[in-house]
Amino acid sequence: VCFIPGGLDCSISFVSHVLGKVCVQGRQKEILGVLVPRLTDLTKSDCIWQRICWRLVECVPDRWMEAVILGFVQRAPGADVLSRLLGNLVVKNKKAQFVVTQKMLLLQYGHTTEVLQNLLGYLSLESLRRTLLLRVLQELLETWSSISAVKHSPAEQQLYISKAILICLSHLKESEIESCRQELLTSMMEGVKCHLDSSLPQLRHLGMVVAESISLKINTEGPVLKFEYEEDDEIRELKSLLVQTPPFCVVPSLPDDDRSEKAGAALPLVPEGNEKPHTAAPVMPDEESDAELDSDDDLIPYDMSEDKELKIRAPVYIRDCIEVLAGSRSEDVDKWEATVKALESLVRKNPAATREVSVELAKILLHLEEKTCIEGFVELRQRAQVAVLTTDPIPVAKYLTSQFYSLNYSLRQRMDILDVLVLAAQELSCPKFHGKTKHSGAQKPCIQLLRGSDSSKDWRRIVDERIKSKTQRFDMGQSRVELASHPNKFNSVAGHFFFPLIQHFDRPLTTFDLLGEDHLVLGRLVHTLAILMYLAVNTVAVTAMGKALLEFVWALRFHTDSYVRQGLLSCISSLLLSVPTERILADMTEELLETQSWLGDVLEKDPDGDCRRLALQNLLLMENLKKKLEAIPS
Amino acid sequence: MALPPPDPQFVLRGTSAAVHTLHFSCGGPEPDIPLLFSGSENGFIHVWNLKTHRVDTALDGHGRKSVCYVETMGGKDRLLSQGRDQRICLWDLAEGRTSVTDSVFTEHVGFCRCSLLKVAQGRWLMAMAARSLEEVQILELPSKTSVCTLKPEVGAKLGMPMCLKLWQLNCGSQPMLLAGYEDGSVVLWNVSMGKALSQLICHQEPVMSLDFDSEKAKGISGSSEKVLSIWSLNEQQNLQVYKTHELINAGISDITIRPDKKILATAGWDHRIRIFGWKKLKPLAVLDYHTATIHCVSFSDHGNPRERLLAAGSKDQRISVWSIYAQT
Repeated sequence: VCFIPGGLDCSISFVSHVLGKVCVQGRQKEILGVLVPRLTDLTKSDCIWQRICWRLVECVPDRWMEAVILGFVQRAPGADVLSRLLGNLVVKNKKAQFVVTQKMLLLQYGHTTEVLQNLLGYLSLESLRRTLLLRVLQELLETWSSISAVKHSPAEQQLYISKAILICLSHLKESEIESCRQELLTSMMEGVKCHLDSSLPQLRHLGMVVAESISLKINTEGPVLKFEYEEDDEIRELKSLLVQTPPFCVVPSLPDDDRSEKAGAALPLVPEGNEKPHTAAPVMPDEESDAELDSDDDLIPYDMSEDKELKIRAPVYIRDCIEVLAGSRSEDVDKWEATVKALESLVRKNPAATREVSVELAKILLHLEEKTCIEGFVELRQRAQVAVLTTDPIPVAKYLTSQFYSLNYSLRQRMDILDVLVLAAQELSCPKFHGKTKHSGAQKPCIQLLRGSDSSKDWRRIVDERIKSKTQRFDMGQSRVELASHPNKFNSVAGHFFFPLIQHFDRPLTTFDLLGEDHLVLGRLVHTLAILMYLAVNTVAVTAMGKALLEFVWALRFHTDSYVRQGLLSCISSLLLSVPTERILADMTEELLETQSWLGDVLEKDPDGDCRRLALQNLLLMENLKKKLEAIPS
Repeated sequence: MALPPPDPQFVLRGTSAAVHTLHFSCGGPEPDIPLLFSGSENGFIHVWNLKTHRVDTALDGHGRKSVCYVETMGGKDRLLSQGRDQRICLWDLAEGRTSVTDSVFTEHVGFCRCSLLKVAQGRWLMAMAARSLEEVQILELPSKTSVCTLKPEVGAKLGMPMCLKLWQLNCGSQPMLLAGYEDGSVVLWNVSMGKALSQLICHQEPVMSLDFDSEKAKGISGSSEKVLSIWSLNEQQNLQVYKTHELINAGISDITIRPDKKILATAGWDHRIRIFGWKKLKPLAVLDYHTATIHCVSFSDHGNPRERLLAAGSKDQRISVWSIYAQT
């Protein structure tokens, strides 16, 4: 069926107008739901219909173009269909180009992965549009590698941009990669640096995955960048984006693949060689029927009852342990190993002896390095440190907190100090943690408490527990009496754990600047203070701690690192839960009001989702406080 | 009631360094003194007089680097020693001389002991680990000409050769090599053709030592784990696992079968020597004398069976000499 071009033009532009108006009114779904499938069918093989379709979208006035394009991109079942429907619209129309290459990719981030695939696939299908694809990739990479974007944009947006980058990479041809190899390399280097600097593990992983993918693309032979990280669903999804069914079948290699060396059964070098798996089933010998009767019977065995397993005995006295661990004799590694393994139980069994040498032992443990390869060395050392700290809290806490701010310790050691303080505080304040908690061999057992990604769930549970414990206290009778005497252990030392840590945070040392580069340690410090505050409930020092903590939080409230801000908000939660209500209202009213307005700000404007959640929680806790106050007859 | 294990007949002290290798030379006719050669970590080779229990001579030829292997070549006048200075030295010890007549530069920095096999009068084959990681080189001595280099297949990933044993069924048949590798497998090589005939994965950990009985076509290997593996060679020259034996403590440094093929001794990391019957691997004795890991065990080659001895060298710098099951 032929159309007269003249007549065709008029009617089409009218339809475009209608389409545009409907879309901008928000009815994209309804109209495009009918239009797009129909057009898809019609344009499948008929190029006249294709051209009609192109004219249709081209004639949509600019002010409605965005809505129409958005609708098409979201509705189209695939990049090739989108290509048939839109044609070279992005090249011809400035507004369309802006929407597709800038707005949908850089300014919005709510679209699904399919939409991204459609969009970028569409750009890649025609050579005229491929220049746009390259430009898009460059801009995406610029954003990805800019420090301020990594620091201030929300995690969801960063995920979106990473996905877009990976999809672009998957569409690029060899020649195109060649031409922009240098820029890819530069952006990758810059970008991976900012991502690894971040305190949030999700952002670090994003950076690692994207950097690995870029490296894979630009170095097809030769060593490729590989990071070690644990894969989760998000990462797997990201990696799958790098594979496109047409020409590229590059599958990114997983980092943990190299450990299969042992399994590899080497092939027999001559085909008829047969190999049996190691040491499994013995082939049954038929020696009984041998002619030579066991002249072995002539050989009478000697008594072998003394033959037992060789055990290296660990020292039984604490001072011996100190000698072995501090001694520089590299010979007796077996004894060293046995000592490390036995130390915790020795410390717990001999509290009096430990108290005599506690600071020395703490010093040795803080500096103890792995001499031989023991399994779970880090955990063993940490448990020993916790044991020493709980046996003699005050001097050892004094030592550890002073070392936290001293020169020449590594970040790892400083964070270890914080972990040990937290674990010991938990043990002191709550006896059911003592000895029975099975740290599951994870390197940082208390990360679960500090860094749960659903920290709000944790706190809700803790809040609930606290409320429950408050109401049940009078019901449980005798068993409760036993529990009530325990917080005293932490009572006398809470201050010693807390105040030294909070004192010097603003004094930079040459190798350690909490307010500067070492914001990761600052984040951990803040979380530690939150936990110590929480555990200090019912102690004498809790009010003083609360005041000091409020001041500390106030000073740092605008910190740029979202992990630090999350910690500050947890501090406020702990404070509200631990300090008795009367004391809060008596001593901290003005500060609390200021805090409340700050929390409101955070709730509205903070880019990080977790921060907003925590702020909301704190506001709710404050509301609860107020209600409780109003409930108490004064 | 089983008797308690015997004590050592005597103990040789004086090496002042860990003992890594031992070799007896007692087969000579009567006026000859029975000797024991020992190689130590300080680079010295001590020649012990087994009548006086004292050191007759001390040979210094490896630049104070540890000596990992000694063996005599046809009598006590010619000695071969391998050290961790990457050299294999041939000594002339006749008439009181102590000179190195020749040396081979192996370029091997590992711990693999070489293996000697006499193929004809005055001619030996020696297998040694070469410079390249997985290769074994066969040289003819004393001419030092290379016979062949045994290279595993590309991608076989055997690791370093850990222990070697050259053997031939009888004089005139083809020499073969059994090599234990780092990945726990034992490979049988045909030296003349330079090809591997069979491979067997015996252990999960590197093979530390092996020994082979060519008459019964049975061999035994020990590793750093708790298992001894006994394997056999069938008519098609294929290795098969015959039996395994679980030990109480992990780690075997050395295994040796007595020349009469009746018993074998293992040197353990748990400071103990274990004696087994070779026929069925029946545990016979556990000799507990040393206070540190035992590096080597060796049976003597006495002509008179009653005089046969077993020697063990240990990290505790002592050599214990035992007379055990000498009556059979």
